[in-house]
Amino acid sequence: MKVAVRYFASVREALGPGEDAEVGSDADIAALRDALVARDGRHAEALGRGRVLRSAKNRVLCAESTPLADGDEVAFFPPLTGG
Amino acid sequence: MSRGRVSIRSDDFDLGAEVAALRQGDGGVGAVAAFIGTVRDRNDGSDVQSLELEHYPGMTEAAIEAMIDEAMARFEIRAARVVHRVGVLAPSAQIVLVAVTSAHRGQAFQACEFLMDYLKTQAPFWKKEAGPEGARWVDARVDDDAALARWGIAAGNAGERTGDAPAKP
Repeated sequence: MKVAVRYFASVREALGPGEDAEVGSDADIAALRDALVARDGRHAEALGRGRVLRSAKNRVLCAESTPLADGDEVAFFPPLTGG
Repeated sequence: MSRGRVSIRSDDFDLGAEVAALRQGDGGVGAVAAFIGTVRDRNDGSDVQSLELEHYPGMTEAAIEAMIDEAMARFEIRAARVVHRVGVLAPSAQIVLVAVTSAHRGQAFQACEFLMDYLKTQAPFWKKEAGPEGARWVDARVDDDAALARWGIAAGNAGERTGDAPAKP
């Protein structure tokens, strides 16, 4: 299935505003992150497990164990610093 | 014209006008609490020349609307308004306004603090500071997670662990 990936803040600076990704039908956010990390060194650096990142699915903060469906929008970004 | 409860914008805001609009037509209001966050000229020992705020359009508004719903459910408040600026801001500029009305002060104070604590770790904003040594992304603070924990909500924002369950009221 295909999902739309979006990046913000330091992740956006490293990888751009977003891209599409193809993942297996039983993928969760963690599996998507792993698939993106495997793309190239740039992705591994920005999204690797050494980085503390948060994620959202369809514009709601979600744990990485959240399952995905075709057409979902998934975002990866560093911890939030508003206010 | 009916005003929304949430405004994300680059323009500045006026506390007096915001509070007047929030109170307008509600004779039951006996207390207004408002918080304004502003840009400091120093942070973590470095001079700050400007602060740039990025956000996730669409998600930001929805997240803050949900926070206001939660505040309305937890506290006896009559109305709430959140204004948050994005883009490049100079030192001393206003960043964020949270204003709450209620019949009595206690609930207004509490709801205002709750909304601000919630917003710090659960609304998708990111700050980047520019100073003499260049620009850097501001680190999330563990203290901000602790502030939200006081309300019984796990922030899971600044901690080391990844993939934590998100905050659920």
